[in-house]
Amino acid sequence: MMKEILSGNEAIARGAFEAGVKVASAYPGTPSTEILENITNYRSIDSSWAPNEKVALEVVIGASFGGARAIACMKHVGVNVAADPLFTLSYTGVGGGLVLIAADDPEMHSSQNEQDSRNYAKFAKIPMLEPADSQECKDFTRLAFELSETFDTPVMIRSCTRISHGKSIVTLDEPVTGLPEPKLVKNPPKLVMLPGNARIRHPLVEKRIVDLAAYGDSWAINRSELRSADIGIICTGVTYQYVREALPDASTLKLGMVYPLPKQKIRDFAATVQQLFVVEELDPFIEEQVRAMGIAATGKEIIPICGELSPERIRAAFAGAGIIPQLPATAAAAEKLIPRPPNMCPGCPHRGIFYLLNKANAYVTGDIGCYTLGFMPPLNAMDTCVCMGASISNASGIVRALPPAEQRRVVAVIGDSTFLHTGVNSLMEMAYNKAPATVIILDNRITAMTGRQENPASGFTLAGVEAPQVNIPQLCHALGIRHVRIVDPYDLDAATAVLAEEMARPEPSVIITNRPCCLIKGDERFAKAALLAVDENDCTGCKACLRIGCPAIEWLPEPDGKKGKASIDPLLCTGCKLCLQLCKFNAIRQVQ
Amino acid sequence: MSTPVTNILLTGVGGQGILLASEILAEACMHAGFDVKKSEIHGMSQRGGSVVSHVRFGTEVFSPVVPEGEGDILFGFELLETYRYLNLLRPGAKVIANDFRIQPPSVLLGQERYPDDLPEKIAARFNDFTLIDGLKIATETGNPRVANTVLLGAVSRHLQIEVSVWQQAVAKMVPAKALELNLRAFQAGRTL
Repeated sequence: MMKEILSGNEAIARGAFEAGVKVASAYPGTPSTEILENITNYRSIDSSWAPNEKVALEVVIGASFGGARAIACMKHVGVNVAADPLFTLSYTGVGGGLVLIAADDPEMHSSQNEQDSRNYAKFAKIPMLEPADSQECKDFTRLAFELSETFDTPVMIRSCTRISHGKSIVTLDEPVTGLPEPKLVKNPPKLVMLPGNARIRHPLVEKRIVDLAAYGDSWAINRSELRSADIGIICTGVTYQYVREALPDASTLKLGMVYPLPKQKIRDFAATVQQLFVVEELDPFIEEQVRAMGIAATGKEIIPICGELSPERIRAAFAGAGIIPQLPATAAAAEKLIPRPPNMCPGCPHRGIFYLLNKANAYVTGDIGCYTLGFMPPLNAMDTCVCMGASISNASGIVRALPPAEQRRVVAVIGDSTFLHTGVNSLMEMAYNKAPATVIILDNRITAMTGRQENPASGFTLAGVEAPQVNIPQLCHALGIRHVRIVDPYDLDAATAVLAEEMARPEPSVIITNRPCCLIKGDERFAKAALLAVDENDCTGCKACLRIGCPAIEWLPEPDGKKGKASIDPLLCTGCKLCLQLCKFNAIRQVQ
Repeated sequence: MSTPVTNILLTGVGGQGILLASEILAEACMHAGFDVKKSEIHGMSQRGGSVVSHVRFGTEVFSPVVPEGEGDILFGFELLETYRYLNLLRPGAKVIANDFRIQPPSVLLGQERYPDDLPEKIAARFNDFTLIDGLKIATETGNPRVANTVLLGAVSRHLQIEVSVWQQAVAKMVPAKALELNLRAFQAGRTL
């Protein structure tokens, strides 16, 4: 059997291939993005980016109704966007098997919250599996499709950052064969969710979850491992690995299906151990259900509810409660070090806009993308960031609360991909209700933050095939925006003038920037420009060029207390010329 | 308490090729017959943030993340990022660092100074400390971009994995046209 080291995301993609999936759809979001990117390597699967997660899930529901196995992938907050179809999909059930991957981000490595997706399974009354390594990512994906068809239900798989982006060894299998060919089958009582039909479906949903729980009692992916009888721990997913490492002698009930719970298996396990614990990342999801069964268990009294767990945190929790011996104190307290936060890249077309917003004393409602880094010093030009698309609607709302002089300061910033995700509806609202705010669409022609994925305005599909491009200026006009301006974000004088005019305008307006992400390869608009250098004789040490926070510009302090000078790293400079425009002494010049 | 697992950390700045180096390392561990797990945080890393990749191998590996105070080898691509993660190491661990500095934003802005005594401070905490000039050796090998492969070669000397297994792993993970250069860089690092 062939073995490979795969990330959890690569293994889910492999599992989808082995399961005979025909259609896959997703919107990029860390840590889920690479699932669809890897699925596209399997030519038997029709895979594509959707403009948002709701659309992705609906595409996949359609494919399932057509009889194909289909998969949708998203990050945890993406499930919020897709929740509307998800809850009714629970009632209709499936045609071909349907699996929804939700990749959680405990610790919020790249997210705005750390919601626990397991609650969605209970809320929508559908089963959820949770793999503990890449092998299980592949195997559970295959199993999820069988479960989906056997029980006529969508199945969720919950991953997390450490599973999706962790790599481990996977034994590959051959794809399944003999799946039925997709075809149209009319079945309105099952698929048309009018009240009369839905009332008939709901009891079936309730019965299904009872049947699934009974199935879980005998299903091998829920595994009781008896070691010492002193301590028994119920755990799932990556937390199982942490528990095994922290408490190698403890007995474990490792749940592969985290909803619905296998009640008899839990009762049996509880009866064999002296003390029962539930160790789970984030919410007390299993713990509350175990307690509701009348079984005494210890969980969140000792296990942290916020952030990622780790073997150290679990050991510390058990030692703190006196269950295992206290550990010797570890290394000295951490020394305070210079932080190294992420930064916009050298040559990033967003940088100049945030510099100007700061200078204009704007109140900036922000959004999700690379440009959220405009929050960081020295740009300091973002005041809110809630969720995808919220920048425009937040601006529209905030101006309604303000007197006219304050209204003019309100500017929403949003990227092209985020605008197409959920910003369009918000701009429709702003135009419709004539909210006098300014919107800047930072159109860099790509979904940059998640690693440069194509989108409906980028001109290419996931597979790199040419595609129709959304015309964003025309779309804004069509939504009812009368003033749509296009600016070159590398031309600070022109952008300053346009920004001042549009901020002063007492009606909705949109400014669109027109430079692509500097990491897009082969874009003719980003031919390598002449690099820049500081003439040290002319540099007065005024630090004006430092105000854009470009990683290529370094401050060289003079050791003897004299004024320092700026310097440009030729390995990092892209020749965007923002700094050249800021230098009043013409000390920054093009070289070559 | 812990299983016999070797814990390796690769640290540096987004864009330095840490992910590729750790993938080659994990690949070599698997070909050498070990169980192996690897973990790091992607997300923000390509935007110049601090990056730490965890590689663990042995007969059976559970957690994909190296527990604090249990790291056996730290392999630093940048000095400040080497120093930042020393607390993950056990006493007596091995530290191999690239003699290379990348200024964090507050240093670029002139608000803070990059500490100039980091090699001394690392040496004071870890006797088994090697400083190497990966960029210089890579440039001599033919291309400054293969500094990460030079560093991997230097680390390979300290792991019980055959050189042919390493070469196989490099061949699997780097593009064919860059293979010869990377193998030369690996060898240059290995002979340090």
